[in-house]
Amino acid sequence: MLKVRNLEVSYGPIRALKGISFEVKEGEIVTLIGANGAGKSTTLRTISNLLKPKGGSITFLNKDLLSVPACDLVKKGIVHVPEGRIIFGPLTVQENLELATWGRKDKVAIQDDLNKVYDLFPILKERKNQLGETLSGGEQQMLALGRGLMARAKLMLLDEPSMGLAPLLVRDIFRVIKQANNEGTTILLVEQNAHLALEIAHRAYVLETGNITLDGPASEIAKNPKVIKAYLG
Amino acid sequence: MDNKQSLESTKHNRLAYDRSINWKKYVVIAVIILFFLLLYISSFGVQAFLQQLVNGIQLGSIYALIALGYTMIYGIIKLINFAHGDLFMFGAYMSYFLGNYLIAHHFKSPFIIVLIFSMAVTALLGMTIEKIAYKPLRFKPRLAALITALGVSLFLENFFALPPAEVPFPLNKIVFGPHFLPFPPLIADKTYNLAGISVNNIKILDVLVTIILMILLQYIVKKTMLGKAMRAVAFNKDACLMMGINIDNIISITFGIGTALAAAAGTLFALTYGQLQSPYLGIWPGLKAFIAAVLGGIGSIPGAMLGGYLMGISETFATSINSNFGYGIAFIILIVVLIFKPAGLLGKFDKEKV
Repeated sequence: MLKVRNLEVSYGPIRALKGISFEVKEGEIVTLIGANGAGKSTTLRTISNLLKPKGGSITFLNKDLLSVPACDLVKKGIVHVPEGRIIFGPLTVQENLELATWGRKDKVAIQDDLNKVYDLFPILKERKNQLGETLSGGEQQMLALGRGLMARAKLMLLDEPSMGLAPLLVRDIFRVIKQANNEGTTILLVEQNAHLALEIAHRAYVLETGNITLDGPASEIAKNPKVIKAYLG
Repeated sequence: MDNKQSLESTKHNRLAYDRSINWKKYVVIAVIILFFLLLYISSFGVQAFLQQLVNGIQLGSIYALIALGYTMIYGIIKLINFAHGDLFMFGAYMSYFLGNYLIAHHFKSPFIIVLIFSMAVTALLGMTIEKIAYKPLRFKPRLAALITALGVSLFLENFFALPPAEVPFPLNKIVFGPHFLPFPPLIADKTYNLAGISVNNIKILDVLVTIILMILLQYIVKKTMLGKAMRAVAFNKDACLMMGINIDNIISITFGIGTALAAAAGTLFALTYGQLQSPYLGIWPGLKAFIAAVLGGIGSIPGAMLGGYLMGISETFATSINSNFGYGIAFIILIVVLIFKPAGLLGKFDKEKV
């Protein structure tokens, strides 16, 4: 579904990605794990076309993705749930969710999707007329994830959905990710919480300072002594 | 148990305490305003006071309309569009041309058609300026776009002030010339006398059109998808891209709406005073509306409305006491407000993201 070949990205003189290649197949959960500064978020931002790569190619459903402007990605079927729960603070919860359906005309299906998100996260329904900026960190993450689900994408890019959340909430969030995957959404998950990510993922790539050093089925990666030492402790 | 109770009561006290502070502040402000009101009424009489209030609301409507454009554009791309006053001028001239044409072709009161036409044409000009001058600088240091805005402003004033007789062919059909022009009577002028206060139907129209446009704007911004997208783009552009919102289009439309409001204000302004002095006529109203927008809290739509009316009313009262006071009072109010509320009356500081 998504193929990344020899992707190179630099911030000025600093080379953040040194030619990485990976692939996400339809229906999979693929996780990209690695420490801070390994280039995980950079990878996602480049796929979303928020950063211009120096070299390499990205294709989605066998079509070049680098020439597609960032704002047209949702139409192509890719939605990016950014790191740090970037929700719209001055908009209400409901408005945040509605905006994710920008460009869609099917009002009935939108209402269905909205109800579905409210079923998944009842707390959001309770707070639907509250401003985004008044939500707690966990609720904001739920909203960000809910917004991603509203876009009805084929491929969802998730950037650190567990960051800064209480363990119980993290479980909830991951349950929803797993469920979305069961319903047919392909997921590329970037995580520092390698434990949980490897638990739900089918395959995994380990990213270290701009290079992919390991890849394989998630269950095997989880047993790799180097990974256990570095990420699972 | 005892402990818990005492905790609760301190919490209660603190709330009550906070509220009392707020109360005191507003009481002080109200007393000061009341003092000046009584002073004015005692020296000029109630009738003069009400008359000036009516005039002030009319002038304030025009300032508020212009200020809305400043605040919307600032809100979405953090740019102070100094060319806004000149778009106000352009709107007034557009109304002049279509108004004259329609009246020459025996239309009786073409006000509505002229207003809509002028708003549409000026919106197109505003969107073009945004595309050519501001968009290439969007991710450059903010000062660059600010200086460009000043440049656009000077260009519009001086270009349209060129005398048609002295410029070559295609341009002489576009420029307005530096001369005074009488504005066509788009609507029959009637003056009513209500208990000694003279109210002109054009002044009523100014206020009415402003209120209608404000309600329309408020509806667009609060209730429609477009408005939600506008607020979202103002908050975070990257997140909008990730949601599939084309931020270029949204910014362009925001410019269009902001400049259309300026054109409406220009049309009302020219209609009220019955003349177009020169293509430089947008400078002062533009500057004062900018002050009004800062006064209300730039970036805030209700703030621009409040600031505009505050500005119009205080200027009218100041001018009625001494005609040289008018311009100065605007700046005094601005300075005093900014000392106590640096973000403006209804403004909020952006929380810097870390």
